[in-house]
Amino acid sequence: MANMNQTERPPIYLDYSATTPVDIRVAEKMIPYLTEHYGNPASRSHPYGWTAEKAVENAREEVAKLVNADPREIVWTSGATESNNLAIKGAANFYASTKGKHIITIATEHKAVIDAVRELERQGFTATYIEPEPDGLVDLAKFKAAIQPDTVLASVMLVNNEIGVIQDIEAIGNICREAGVIFHVDAAQATGKVKIDLATLPVDLMSFSAHKTYGPKGVGALYVCRKPRVRIEAQMHGGGHERGMRSGTLATHQIVGMGEAFRIAREEMASENERIRMLRDRLLTGLQDIEETYVNGDLAHRIPHNLNISFNYVEGESLIMAIKGIAVSSGSACTSASLEPSYVLRALGRSDELAHSSIRFSIGRFTTEADVDYTIKLLKDKIEKLRELSPLWEMFKDGIDISKVQWAAH
Amino acid sequence: MRCARICGGDRLIMTTAYLDHNSTTALKTEVLEAMLPFMVNQHGNATSRHIYGRTARAAVEHAREQVANAVGAYANQIVFTASGTEANNFAVRGICNNLDTGQILTSAIEHPCVSRPALAMQFNGLQAKSIHVDSNCNINLAHLQKLLLAPTNLVSAMLVNNETGVIQNITKVAEIAREHKAYVHTDAVQALGKIPVDFFALGVHAMTVSSHKIGGPLGAGALVLDKRIDIQPLLYGGGQERGLRSGTENVAAIVGFGAACDLAIKNLSAFDVHTANLRDHLEIGLAKLKAVIFGHNSLRVANTSFFSFENIEGETLVTALDKAGFAVASGSACSSDSTEPSHVLLAMGVPEDLARGAVRVSFGLSNTIQEVEHFLLALKQELTRLRNLTAVAA
Repeated sequence: MANMNQTERPPIYLDYSATTPVDIRVAEKMIPYLTEHYGNPASRSHPYGWTAEKAVENAREEVAKLVNADPREIVWTSGATESNNLAIKGAANFYASTKGKHIITIATEHKAVIDAVRELERQGFTATYIEPEPDGLVDLAKFKAAIQPDTVLASVMLVNNEIGVIQDIEAIGNICREAGVIFHVDAAQATGKVKIDLATLPVDLMSFSAHKTYGPKGVGALYVCRKPRVRIEAQMHGGGHERGMRSGTLATHQIVGMGEAFRIAREEMASENERIRMLRDRLLTGLQDIEETYVNGDLAHRIPHNLNISFNYVEGESLIMAIKGIAVSSGSACTSASLEPSYVLRALGRSDELAHSSIRFSIGRFTTEADVDYTIKLLKDKIEKLRELSPLWEMFKDGIDISKVQWAAH
Repeated sequence: MRCARICGGDRLIMTTAYLDHNSTTALKTEVLEAMLPFMVNQHGNATSRHIYGRTARAAVEHAREQVANAVGAYANQIVFTASGTEANNFAVRGICNNLDTGQILTSAIEHPCVSRPALAMQFNGLQAKSIHVDSNCNINLAHLQKLLLAPTNLVSAMLVNNETGVIQNITKVAEIAREHKAYVHTDAVQALGKIPVDFFALGVHAMTVSSHKIGGPLGAGALVLDKRIDIQPLLYGGGQERGLRSGTENVAAIVGFGAACDLAIKNLSAFDVHTANLRDHLEIGLAKLKAVIFGHNSLRVANTSFFSFENIEGETLVTALDKAGFAVASGSACSSDSTEPSHVLLAMGVPEDLARGAVRVSFGLSNTIQEVEHFLLALKQELTRLRNLTAVAA
């Protein structure tokens, strides 16, 4: 098994959008449910089951509290991917016969949304993928124009995983309500980062994940609005857990972990986000000293945790290889196995070159000022070195407009 | 395991003896030790390319080897899921999803996470039919053969029944199904760790296993697949598990599942000998109390006993036993919400009244012979009390 080299310092973790470490308070709360209280929460005939069930219900309340929902509106899942699949396929299938078979989503959504919609297209649905504006935000007029008489469902993410921009969910939701369109929001990257008030937001379905908010992997939730009541078709059948919406033995320790993680988020997000904003601004100021850098996505409507920057005239892969002292990603973790440039940045109209040379820095609870300073210095050094080797950089410095160069074929 | 102690004559003190291991079983210490680093320090996303991600990836792949080794398959045949339920839904829906004709056959004693997705496929135009079992809880192979005369996409039959513990002849089921060009899936959730499980020897195309039934954590399961079959994912997204199951890998749970598989294989014969001894002891006592023991003429896993008493309501008895400090089940945990009689017993032709009285005891390595003796004593007391009550009421 590959282990982190003990003698070498592990790289500084700046990939909190891929996954966060489990907060030690969360882990401590989980462990008793792995060892002593191991009952199956569906067992009704003995205290092992009751203890587990009680813990599950407490956690449900904590999750509901963070987003100001009713605990009865929270359905447990194995993660945001399952929540997104359940919401999109579940609602589309349930309402297809009454509302129609057209779906609207955004080109920069997470793969779990895009691919669920694509699957529905294979089943005979049609879909509109709205291109966001160059700042990453959705134009409300464009969104409104995309609605058709047979639109059944719209899915828009609250916070983008690659560029961190925050969509105007309230305005989009109001458009949906007016048109009678079911509205799903992927909030996997938003919990603990932006305030979510589901008592007032016009949202029908919302997906959550634990492991992006210092909880464990393997657990998530779907908010299913009760007023107005939204129905979904179950995607997993069995013992009839979660009021029939999602069968499967509940993983008590993981659910307990998600509850605790969301409790901490609720109590600490205000102060934590302030601290993180200062770190991000420090990072941004430092990196902006470097010539030819471009911030991807709007800076005002953005979570403080994210900074996505393209370094022009630097090849992305070599840059990632050069900055081994920090753990960052060049896109979302889910697609980082491929060398394709980020489809999110492409959708913003970035050139392949700029999309290729982008780095996502995501800052979190355990990031320090020293981490940020180290990162700035590392980037400055390495980019300078890489550009020294780059003929393109030399041409740029000589004042040649590279986009106008006619390359000889070979 | 803490055990119920007798104190002051025949009153039982409230320390619960856990006799419900088929529902879920305690996490093994070694498993927790394997998991802990991935719950706390090694937190990477297994898809990330930096060292945090690669460490997580290596751990997931090591666990995949461990699971494969426990079920007699190759590592690249293992698709991790979040549970046995998900793996069963994945198998049934995934194999039949592209089809709109033909039938799905599931045995009458399947867990609802096999039978209900099969029923749900009827919306796609497929026919779901149930294969009969005999009074000993064995699949009626003649009935299977008769059903297979109509074009069939999938046959799903469980290797070990969760309520009676009866072991099915899946090799034979698979052989018959293959003759009729049908795919075969088996739910081996209750078999792993209790009997040897060999994917290739069974001759099936897909097989479900689950972590928390073998001393691993809740939150991990797997579908073992014959790679030649075309299966549609249940979850779409980042393309994890070779595109067959998207979603960030639950590294800690998967690592725990792998460790639990190693232990299950190591302890297989010890488990068999130990729990067989406990169950024999229990069933001798049960016979004296005039219990009807279901499936006891069949080949069963060693740890399970499912029984009933004439004119005694199961739910009442289970509650009384719980008060006396014994955690048992009145059916499977998933259906212990409902007061419906067990569908397994009804399929075996057990009269509804008797089926309603059913109690399941399932042992683990941690149980002791003293617990069995105390349980029998408590059972005798409760039966007398309940019978007196009934007599008074009558």
